[in-house]
Amino acid sequence: MLTISNLTVFYGAIQALDSISLEVNQGEIVTMIGANGAGKSTTIRSISGLVRPRSGEIIFEGKPIQELPAHEIVKIGIGQSPEGRRVFANMTVRENLELGAYTRLQKKVEVSSDIEKMFTLFPRLKERERQSAGTLSGGEQQMLAIGRALMTRPRLLLLDEPSLGLAPFLVQSIFQIIRDINRQGVTVLLVEQNANQALRIANRGYVLETGNVVLAESAENLLKNDDVRKAYLGE
Amino acid sequence: MQALLQNLIYGVQLGSLYALIALGYTMVYGVLGLINFAHGDVYMVGAYVGFYACTKWLPFQDISVHPEAAWHNLGMAFITLMLAILLCAALGMLIERFAYRPLRNGLKDLDAHFWGFVIALPLTAKFITIASPFGLISFIGVGIVVGYVMRPLIKHLASRIKLTSSRLNALITAIGVSLLLENGGILLFGANPNFIPNLLPERKFNLPGGISVQSGQMAILAVSLFLMISLRYIVLYTKPGKAMRAISYDIEAAKLMGIDTDRVISFTFAIGAGLAGAGGAMVAAFTHIKITPLFGLQPGLKAFVAAVLGGAGNIPGAVLGGILMGVAEAFVAGSKYVSYRDAIAFCLLILVLLFRPSGLLGKNVVEKV
Repeated sequence: MLTISNLTVFYGAIQALDSISLEVNQGEIVTMIGANGAGKSTTIRSISGLVRPRSGEIIFEGKPIQELPAHEIVKIGIGQSPEGRRVFANMTVRENLELGAYTRLQKKVEVSSDIEKMFTLFPRLKERERQSAGTLSGGEQQMLAIGRALMTRPRLLLLDEPSLGLAPFLVQSIFQIIRDINRQGVTVLLVEQNANQALRIANRGYVLETGNVVLAESAENLLKNDDVRKAYLGE
Repeated sequence: MQALLQNLIYGVQLGSLYALIALGYTMVYGVLGLINFAHGDVYMVGAYVGFYACTKWLPFQDISVHPEAAWHNLGMAFITLMLAILLCAALGMLIERFAYRPLRNGLKDLDAHFWGFVIALPLTAKFITIASPFGLISFIGVGIVVGYVMRPLIKHLASRIKLTSSRLNALITAIGVSLLLENGGILLFGANPNFIPNLLPERKFNLPGGISVQSGQMAILAVSLFLMISLRYIVLYTKPGKAMRAISYDIEAAKLMGIDTDRVISFTFAIGAGLAGAGGAMVAAFTHIKITPLFGLQPGLKAFVAAVLGGAGNIPGAVLGGILMGVAEAFVAGSKYVSYRDAIAFCLLILVLLFRPSGLLGKNVVEKV
């Protein structure tokens, strides 16, 4: 579904990604793990068009997308929930969800039925429907950020650190939700600090170090791998 | 008491104009974090559109000879207002596309051609009057040639220089555009002051308490109010309005919603410039003020102060700031310190920056991790 080959990204003179290649197949949950600065977010941001790669190719469903502007990439079916949630704090929960459906905002009936679907997925958001997003708790904001990304009707969902800064019991439920979303047919590319949890729900994983892929294995094997356990699972 | 009320009425009318211009500053600041110093000059262009429409383009009739033509002239005045709004909106979009967008997205071939025409203008005007058919043809010819010459140059520059969206670059560009419009205005409109003659019957309405209102004042107030209410509707309830608010909060997150941010930014410039153009045309038509290519400077600066006063980026704040400034100026102008009427704006600015740096309605942004 998504194939990245030899992707190289610079921020000014600093190299963030050094010829990375990875692949996400239809229906999978693929996770990228690695330390801060390894290039996980940069990879995600290159896919969604927020960062322009210096070289390399990103192919989505057979078409190269690395030259497309970010809003076009959303239209062809890649949604992203960005790191740090970045909900529109000055707008209500409902308005945030509506913005997710920005490209089809004129189809009012369809949009409100999609919003109802989000409310069944995240009942907490229903209670907060008319509240401004800035007043939500961290966990609720994360749900809103994921819901907002799902409102773009993605076939591939990019999640950047969805569990960051959440209480442990919330982390559990966020991962449960990601699994549910995947079961409904959305392919997921997940970036996580919480490698343990991420590998438990993922099919495959990539380990990134300073802009390079150092390991690409099934999630099961990565969980068993001694180096990974030492470096990322804290054992 | 009578003088007080009279000053208040004048102040609110003056303030509604400042508010109209301030809205453009504040909206652009909201979406881009850029202070568009060329905005006051768009107001000037609006006044000139008004001048040309009233004296050359449209068939206004002399009401001192044909008093029955008042309704006809009123209709023409409406068309004048529309023209000012539309032409200035187009100018605003041009400014955004060719001055500010290359700072965000890099230079393209189209930029070379546009700036080719800008350079061709003084080159041609030096030798031939542009207004003649021959002048127009040679202007277009020179423009095309210069554009093609500049294309490889711009390509070379674009590969060598990394244009960044640094605030300082944008600010310097804004000042450059402002100078371009002022001096371009001198080139195109001439440096001599012009004014719009009396085209509509003017009446004075006497209100109880010995105060009076002029029809022109009421018209400015009514049109400004109408435009501000329409703007509020656009921003709160329409699709581009929602996109504008999203962009002003977080432009990257807005892109991830599928919002074509360049288009929305262009739309924002169009609206802001249209409002300023309407203000310019109304001032020129109703107050018969002498207009020159530099006359947008002073009101532009004051409207900028009004935007900061209310809280930059805050739309109701710009209206409040504008009205406050107008009223303050009217009271100073009505007192014996009349020579300080232009200084009061900046005294207010200093006070606000001392005690409420984010403006009267501006919020201190709290970041939540």
